[in-house]
Amino acid sequence: MIRLTINGVPHVVDPMGPESLLTTLRDRLGLFGSKNACEQGECGSCSVLLDGRLVCSCLVMAVDADGAAVTTVEGIADGETLHRVQEAMVNAGGVQCGFCTPGIVVAASHLLATTPSPTETDIREALAGNICRCTGYGAIVRALEPLAAES
Amino acid sequence: MTITKTPTVVAGGVGTSPIRPDGIPKVRGEFAYSSDLEVDGMLWGSTVRSPHARARIVSIDVAPALAIRGVAAALTIADVGGRGLFGLIEPDQPVLADGEVRFWGEPVAVVAADDRETARIAATAVVVHYEPLDPLTDPERAEELGETFRVLDITRGDPDARGEVVVEGYYEVGMQDQAQLGTESGLAIPDGSGGVDLHVSTQWLHVDHEQVVASLGLPPEQLRLHLAGIGGAFGAREDISLQIHLCLLALRTGRPVKMVYDRAESFVGHVHRHPARMWFRHEADRDGILRRVEARILLDGGAFASTSPAVLANAAYFAVGPYASESVTVHAAAARTNNPPCGAMRGFGAVQSCFGYEAQMDRLAAALGIDPVELRLRNALDREDRIATTGQVIVGSLPTRRVIEALRALPLPDEAPGDDPRRLPGGTGLTTSRAAVMRGVGFAVGIKNLAFSEAFDDFTEVRAELTADGIRIHTAAAEVGQGLVTVIQQIARTATGISNVEVVWDHTGEIGSAGSTSASRQTQMTGGATLRACEAVAAVALARADAESLDDEGAWRDDQLVMTLADLVAAGPIEHLERFRHPPTTPPDEHGNGDVHAGYAVAAHRAIVDVDPELGLVHVVRVDTAQDVGRVLNPQAVIGQIEGGIMQGVGLAIMEEIVIDRGVMKNASFTDYLLPTFLDAPDMTAVLIEEPDHWGPFGAKGVGEPPTISSTAAVVAAIRNATGRDLNRAPVRPEDIVGL
Repeated sequence: MIRLTINGVPHVVDPMGPESLLTTLRDRLGLFGSKNACEQGECGSCSVLLDGRLVCSCLVMAVDADGAAVTTVEGIADGETLHRVQEAMVNAGGVQCGFCTPGIVVAASHLLATTPSPTETDIREALAGNICRCTGYGAIVRALEPLAAES
Repeated sequence: MTITKTPTVVAGGVGTSPIRPDGIPKVRGEFAYSSDLEVDGMLWGSTVRSPHARARIVSIDVAPALAIRGVAAALTIADVGGRGLFGLIEPDQPVLADGEVRFWGEPVAVVAADDRETARIAATAVVVHYEPLDPLTDPERAEELGETFRVLDITRGDPDARGEVVVEGYYEVGMQDQAQLGTESGLAIPDGSGGVDLHVSTQWLHVDHEQVVASLGLPPEQLRLHLAGIGGAFGAREDISLQIHLCLLALRTGRPVKMVYDRAESFVGHVHRHPARMWFRHEADRDGILRRVEARILLDGGAFASTSPAVLANAAYFAVGPYASESVTVHAAAARTNNPPCGAMRGFGAVQSCFGYEAQMDRLAAALGIDPVELRLRNALDREDRIATTGQVIVGSLPTRRVIEALRALPLPDEAPGDDPRRLPGGTGLTTSRAAVMRGVGFAVGIKNLAFSEAFDDFTEVRAELTADGIRIHTAAAEVGQGLVTVIQQIARTATGISNVEVVWDHTGEIGSAGSTSASRQTQMTGGATLRACEAVAAVALARADAESLDDEGAWRDDQLVMTLADLVAAGPIEHLERFRHPPTTPPDEHGNGDVHAGYAVAAHRAIVDVDPELGLVHVVRVDTAQDVGRVLNPQAVIGQIEGGIMQGVGLAIMEEIVIDRGVMKNASFTDYLLPTFLDAPDMTAVLIEEPDHWGPFGAKGVGEPPTISSTAAVVAAIRNATGRDLNRAPVRPEDIVGL
């Protein structure tokens, strides 16, 4: 049994052996927002914050997260109020199929929370671990740049 | 009470960029993809796949799998009733291997178990004895042996026509993966009376339905396909992957069955862009006018037909590109080998030939001493010209010259490569010094047919319904991420004046086919059907109320609300079912000529690259474009298609290739198959050329594929320009640049 605080809510779960945190989130806790697209830490679709650190949840063993606070995409908005990253992504056309979107929302909100005024290249570097196959990245960068200027 | 107001232009109509209705659920992580579905008591399915490119199956023993606790079924071809074969154009692929495996990764057996891990273990427990056979993996040898899915010979004009200047070239394109982020997944739920409901991410519900019922021998009404949330497609979901297996397992066990491929399985679970080998000979006058083009195009179709016959047709018909020539000979063949099957990927055959003919145009320009852009202008096709291969007269718009000129007019950036290593070749690897960088510029133009061709009965069905709340559009058209759902809403708003539009995805038993979400066709086809259906609904509503206009409140005459929507509907249902077809096309005649296409779009790309010639590394700095879009219905969505399509073209130019060794895939993962990242993405500027087409709604053309047609060719041309090397192959590998 391990204890996880996910988006502020405490959970006790019993992951099987080498199960990844991503599998625990999706298959045991029904938190389907984090996506499984490569299971090798290459695409960032499963990105979550683990005690404030940005990680690919597919590369973290669930048992290693025992006691940790996890923020998933479901915990980014403040209730019905979207996080500014979420709002900007929708408005700027940064969402197409949306499969990469949860990971990008988590990674971008983390960037803006931890890095003052990132440049366009800083944004691109910070998100280089998040693959998007639909947008060519332009609309996502256009969504985030004005927010970076504000932060 | 009398309400008085002047109706205004409807909000969120055609020409605007309203936010997509699925946008907020997607950013919140609440949008349900097919991989997120679950029901109580469901089983998980897993697939046993061939470890050989070709082998005889001596025996299959499923007993060890069935002996595992929690395993509900382990099935082979012996358990399949019906035809047992599927295929998008011709049913040639067994549902599960039948006596012989013909490619590495071919499904051999399927299992279902109480949980995913048990299913995986059960799949490894199935014992298959193979007798390996020598695989046929060379497409040229296959063509010699007559192992082909289609051979298309095109001749037009005087074969003895000659030009004064001749250039010849040989070109290759590698096998590209769609790499849609959502892997194949679905959930089949038996209905308890012999039928099944399949929830699946696909590009074409009804063609999946046809293939599942035929291959399993089901009465058609016993299967209903429901569209589930889709994580990208790009051609990967046009063929059957797990649809038949899921239904087979669900019907056999009587329990719901879910399957989700992991990334490695996704690589073998869908078809890929065809690798191509191409030989071209271009002859021109001294002034650059093309006099004759000869081409031989060989695509490797892999083990099963998939869409090879249609991909081959595109490669052949567009062998000359958006250029005129009165004398053409093309020999094109799609070979059957034991390599992984190839089929649809964005651009669908037009990408491969474009890589060849645009390299030829550059060679010709160099041989003639003519500016390469000027050479293209001199040969550019336009409305009322004839396609060089088929002889078809272009009746819609085709502003090739305008596209080229608009792109040429965009300023070239004058800034030199910067010092930030993150934007230099090699990126954060810090491998390249600023001084080593060589810059190059490349230009390319591409053409693609819109919608289905060669006499295919291409239609789409839409049912529009007026409700007390607004308009409801029923469709089976796949929203794969491109934004069709938004465009349907916009068209319905503009057609009716009513802004509250809901799109409802009906299952296959409730509405007719929408056709495929492919061939850049849905904006024109489902968009066209939506327009007609909404116009019909609006006409009935206006007549019923004797009114002049509609909005969300109701029907208006002389600035007075004369009937609310609720009143209109209370007086009887108002709905219209539209089955929309594009102008008919013909099959090719014995010379490969004919009116085989329903319309065309053209785009041009200009790439700027920085190259480290010592390490063979490339950074694509910019790709600018001008694209023929007919009419812009949603500017943000059009730009999204253009930027995303260019990125996939850049990927094919410099990094994306499935490596096959004697039929075995060597890089079936996102670690080993490279995809462009945020840092690899070039800056892009797009000019949209609006010259309305003859049948799309409001003159719109499909915009999804043209961005990928010539972007690859432009990037490779830029690398040639930077390095001086011939580079006849995409993707360009470091060793090609270094010259090893």
